[in-house]
Amino acid sequence: MRHIISLLMENEAGALSRVSGLFSARGYNIESLTVAPTEDATLSRMTIVTRGSDDVIEQITKQLNKLIDIVKVQDLTDGSHIERELMLVKVRASGEMREEMKRMSDIFRGHILDVSDKTYTIELTGPGTKLDAFLAAIDPAAILETVRTGASGIGRGDRVMKI
Amino acid sequence: MADMELTGAEIVVRCLRDEGIKHVFGYPGGAVLNIYDEIYKQKDFEHILVRHEQAAVHAADAYARCTGQVGVAIVTSGPGATNAVTGIATAYMDSIPMVVITGQVPTAAIGQDAFQEVDTVGITRPCVKHNFLVKDVRELATTIKKAFYIAATGRPGPVVVDVPKDVTQHKCEYAYPKSVTMRSYNPTSKGHAGQIKKAAQMLLEAKRPMIYTGGGVVLGNAAPQVAELVRLLGYPITSTLMGLGGYPSPDPLFLGMLGMHGTIEANMAMQHCDVLLAVGARFDDRVVGNPKHFAKEAHRIIHIDVDPSSISKRVRVDVPIVGEVGQVLDEIIKHIKTGKEKPDQQAIKAWWAQIELWRSQDCLKYDRSSSVIKPQYVVEKLYEVTQGDAYVTSDVGQHQMWAAQYYKFAKPRRWINSGGLGTMGFGLPAAMGVQKAHPDAVVACITGEGSIQMNIQELSTCKEWNLPLKIILLNNGYLGMVRQWQEFFYEERYAESYMTSLPDFVKLAEAYGHVGMTIEKPEDVEPALREAFGKYKDRLVFLNFLTDPRENVFPMIPAGKGLSEMILV
Repeated sequence: MRHIISLLMENEAGALSRVSGLFSARGYNIESLTVAPTEDATLSRMTIVTRGSDDVIEQITKQLNKLIDIVKVQDLTDGSHIERELMLVKVRASGEMREEMKRMSDIFRGHILDVSDKTYTIELTGPGTKLDAFLAAIDPAAILETVRTGASGIGRGDRVMKI
Repeated sequence: MADMELTGAEIVVRCLRDEGIKHVFGYPGGAVLNIYDEIYKQKDFEHILVRHEQAAVHAADAYARCTGQVGVAIVTSGPGATNAVTGIATAYMDSIPMVVITGQVPTAAIGQDAFQEVDTVGITRPCVKHNFLVKDVRELATTIKKAFYIAATGRPGPVVVDVPKDVTQHKCEYAYPKSVTMRSYNPTSKGHAGQIKKAAQMLLEAKRPMIYTGGGVVLGNAAPQVAELVRLLGYPITSTLMGLGGYPSPDPLFLGMLGMHGTIEANMAMQHCDVLLAVGARFDDRVVGNPKHFAKEAHRIIHIDVDPSSISKRVRVDVPIVGEVGQVLDEIIKHIKTGKEKPDQQAIKAWWAQIELWRSQDCLKYDRSSSVIKPQYVVEKLYEVTQGDAYVTSDVGQHQMWAAQYYKFAKPRRWINSGGLGTMGFGLPAAMGVQKAHPDAVVACITGEGSIQMNIQELSTCKEWNLPLKIILLNNGYLGMVRQWQEFFYEERYAESYMTSLPDFVKLAEAYGHVGMTIEKPEDVEPALREAFGKYKDRLVFLNFLTDPRENVFPMIPAGKGLSEMILV
């Protein structure tokens, strides 16, 4: 099953490699991983999307907790949560395609960030499935380049992850 | 104020002093020259110069195993650090508290492929509990304090502190922190009260109980609690290779070691018990074999461990209790003593009758009439001659299993071996560490002719420090455990497991300034041991026992099989 795990960790050199090293050494999957400092500059927040049986996910959270630099681990999938991912996609936008691309971008609530004679660069935000849906909805031949951040997640309502 | 400031090198040495360290094992080199210059000037601790960095780390590791204190090793950058890696990984697998200080090239040279540069933090990351690269001398003392704190608390483990050469030159004011707190590291010590109550209840309800203890009992100094619980209940107990000595082996309630080369009674009792109490043990593959077939009739498993990630990792358990094993056992004992319920004596009696039936097969018997020396016989005689009171280190292979099976350890921290990583070459440097920690103790290293050659250079260190170790070489001319597997599972194709051109070990021992003996006949075994531990008690004696080359370790459970699928003699 797919799980989205949030981590608060010491913002120190090498902390990221401890996490990624743990996943590779123990053969766990990483579907995506995002990390950036938080409002408290000594802490980084990481979101990892992984897949595994309940036993594997239990081990992943335990092993993450065991890493000395990690302050807090939360499996967001345990409760209701929001996740968002950002994608930049450069598409062919010439001739009659140009109007069609604009329309598709609007439907998916995208923003066109950059324009050239033949291309649009569109910014899209949403759950990963929405970004997948956009890519499936447009002509595959029109896709020139995509870049995705991987998911960031946060608990809904009063559920707060803080130290 | 400037004269109050210390250099990084002085700080390293002062930290070790203030941590109460008495022995440091190491090897100098370019990046640690400043530290060694300060070691030269001080008298607070002894530095033991080894002949290879791997040996320094094994010695520090064994020092920790036999004392319970944090072991310390210092090595230089680059090859010094890479040579130390095997030792660090060995300690990591067996959860041994250790601090290894590694030199590093100056901060400005890091990443430049400088002479003797290696990414020590990167290389050691998967085999340490934690590691640090200290880039600022002002963080040095706190980092070293943290290293000792992390190494010794929770589930112990090795911590590497990588110190660039310029940091050892820079100056700052020194204050060694009395304690450190880390928001990201707070190991649990006290077990959950509800779970403890449940566990006590379950133990009392058991009809076929079994207690299975591991290295955690030794590391957690919980042997007294284990003994109290076992005697209170009268339940059978077994132990892993790492747990030997955690409960007195000669006691009738002890069923011997379990696992791949465990006794029939221990393995069968594991398989057929209805309530299993696991204490400081991790259900490792050499212990449970195939987890699918493991303890099929154990309806309920209680698992006490200080490391939450050890629980339900390989085998699902019903009552997990995270905490220091000694503290948790104290609580369980309190519950049992104050409660009204008592074990079901009739059921326990029937269970013991079944166990005695398994035990009566006498699975550790061997041919005592042989005209060649049986390795088991040597270990038995060693046990007799040392009155069961020696510190015994071992290397890895058949001799290790025979040592575990036939030397009946009665106290914790007496059996020093590389259980998790299985590091050949561990035994001799480990014995050095033990002898430095306990100068008056009897220390024997049971080894094989393959293993001993992996760190044989340390005979020189032993001479320098006059370490009166007794090396018990069970020399069968083969990499015995490899040969055994080839005999059983590779149709006797003995690929590269026979060693020709072995050195003359007697001359070799003598060349290093020690006493050497070769023993070829069974009747000479005991006199040779008596001579070694008597007449030569103050010398290192290298006893080269020529043992039966065809002898195998029994019982044996083939890898991946269940505990009841044993091969007997």
